[in-house]
Amino acid sequence: MTALTVSRRVLTGRWQGPAAFTAVAVLALVVAPLLLEPFRLGLLAKYLCYAIVALGIGLAWGQGGMLTLGQGVFFGLGGYAMGMYLKLNDAAGDLPDFMVWSGVEKLPALWKPFGNPVFALAMVVVLPVAVALLLGALVFRQRVRGAYFAILTQALAAALVILLVGQQGLTGGTNGLTNFFDFFGRDVAADETQRGLYLLVAAVLGALYLGARQLVRSRFGRLLLAVRDGEDRVRFLGYDPATVKTLTFAVSAGMAGIAGALFVPVVGIISPALLGVVPSLELVVAVAVGGRFALAGAVLGAVVMGYARTYFSEELPDAWLYLQGALFVLVMTLAPKGIAGLAAALVRRREARA
Amino acid sequence: MTEPLLDIRGLQVAFGGFRALDGVDLTVGRGELRFLIGPNGAGKTTLIDVITGLTKPTAGTVRFEGQDLAGRREHEIVRLGVGRTFQTSVVFEELTVLENLDLAASFRRPLWSLLRRRRGVSEEVAAALETTGLAGLADSRAGVLSHGQRQWLEIGMLIVQRPRLLLLDEPVAGMSSGERERTGELLTEVARDHTVVVVEHDMDFLRRYASQVTVLHEGRVLTEGSVEQVRADPRVQEIYLGRAREGAEDAVR
Repeated sequence: MTALTVSRRVLTGRWQGPAAFTAVAVLALVVAPLLLEPFRLGLLAKYLCYAIVALGIGLAWGQGGMLTLGQGVFFGLGGYAMGMYLKLNDAAGDLPDFMVWSGVEKLPALWKPFGNPVFALAMVVVLPVAVALLLGALVFRQRVRGAYFAILTQALAAALVILLVGQQGLTGGTNGLTNFFDFFGRDVAADETQRGLYLLVAAVLGALYLGARQLVRSRFGRLLLAVRDGEDRVRFLGYDPATVKTLTFAVSAGMAGIAGALFVPVVGIISPALLGVVPSLELVVAVAVGGRFALAGAVLGAVVMGYARTYFSEELPDAWLYLQGALFVLVMTLAPKGIAGLAAALVRRREARA
Repeated sequence: MTEPLLDIRGLQVAFGGFRALDGVDLTVGRGELRFLIGPNGAGKTTLIDVITGLTKPTAGTVRFEGQDLAGRREHEIVRLGVGRTFQTSVVFEELTVLENLDLAASFRRPLWSLLRRRRGVSEEVAAALETTGLAGLADSRAGVLSHGQRQWLEIGMLIVQRPRLLLLDEPVAGMSSGERERTGELLTEVARDHTVVVVEHDMDFLRRYASQVTVLHEGRVLTEGSVEQVRADPRVQEIYLGRAREGAEDAVR
């Protein structure tokens, strides 16, 4: 058996997925940190945070048919939970800086438990999951779906922004939470810390991807597809689609929360502008471009659109918004399965020819 | 006297001013194969919709094994042991034939156990693949099946759920004669160890496979009995043949 046939065997058949995953993992965990300068590595870390949100959108929307336009809410809940801990940690017993500027004299009761890192880290997941479970239980049981669900989630994102901006003394208002110094005993701005954070983000993304993939391939995943394609029919198989959708929505919310918490030390800020309607929509566009029916497509979309955004904001700042819109329209009309769908079609064509 | 499997009393369904069902009484005993016939708009599908929880009755009761089904949600009624098919088959096209059957068979498992991947094929799923004649297509996506094959898959999905009552809504509508034959055989086989209620339009199919027939007309039970009895009933001839004559006249004009 020559090396060529081995590699061909690895690239097709049942080892194709694991081989591709390993290749990407090596690229992300070994090659990227060696090649990229700190600034570029930081950017990639940011995109990978968005990719974690995108993975959740791929699960909820691509697999479950729930078009969620408000993942920013869960991203924000995770981000603020982390941000509150970091602020309290930096303040070391005093009031966080922005509270002093806002004339707050006593630490609000809501903030107190977030001084405990274990509590704050738990809240990163618990808060988004709890909100999603509550929303799902209310909404899916009433058979609200499709565009109505999408509008509802978007309204939630808008409402959260208004709430955050309005409570200046409690949330930092429009500025959000920023000026972090210490991250679990390390200087958060140091190259070494940032490199470590990048590796952490990449590892978390990889682990969540594997988890999501397992979910999709399980019986639950088959059930989720069935709910997406024929919710009413699923009822007559004896399953409650509301439960299936609520649980999936909660998983996607938990992912967004984790992403938000990782985003804060990587980028150094969490603010209403990062979690409102527009960023929530941008991520949905990214998932559509990458390919919402494949988890890898969703992840790819977030990274590709992240890079495209940075590139065009540097080179042609005015064109990006139009380009993004045009790309979305093009993908939805010409390639509804996104980049992942095109790639799969190419592979099939090649196999058919061979 | 043992309790009947399905006992319907004074069932009424009104859509606005229109009474789709107007005081239906129906009893189905264990092990029966019952055909439900009647002209268009007689209320056959509405009756099935009420039993399965899709439509809420305005009055009357539906009892299944002595339990009142009022206010129960669709999936809860399925869990009590009532299964149904629809006129237009609705299998899951993205899933394979095997996955469709497996999903139907797994509904009594606790939800967390669904997080594991399917390993192999369970006995009942394998048996259903054989019964429905779809074993050769097990790994094909259900989307590629013909109309007849989809209906068989649906019946297979019902069987693996082991319901105590099967409600089939026009299982041979739109089928070729070969497919009808196959469906009839499948039906006879299923009826051997299940209680089955079949809504059917097709008189030919009825003559071949029915034993007990209930005739619905304008939301009421017109008559009940064996195929011969029902066919001999002048009122049944009136509603079927009368309409056929009108239809014939229309055709002449």
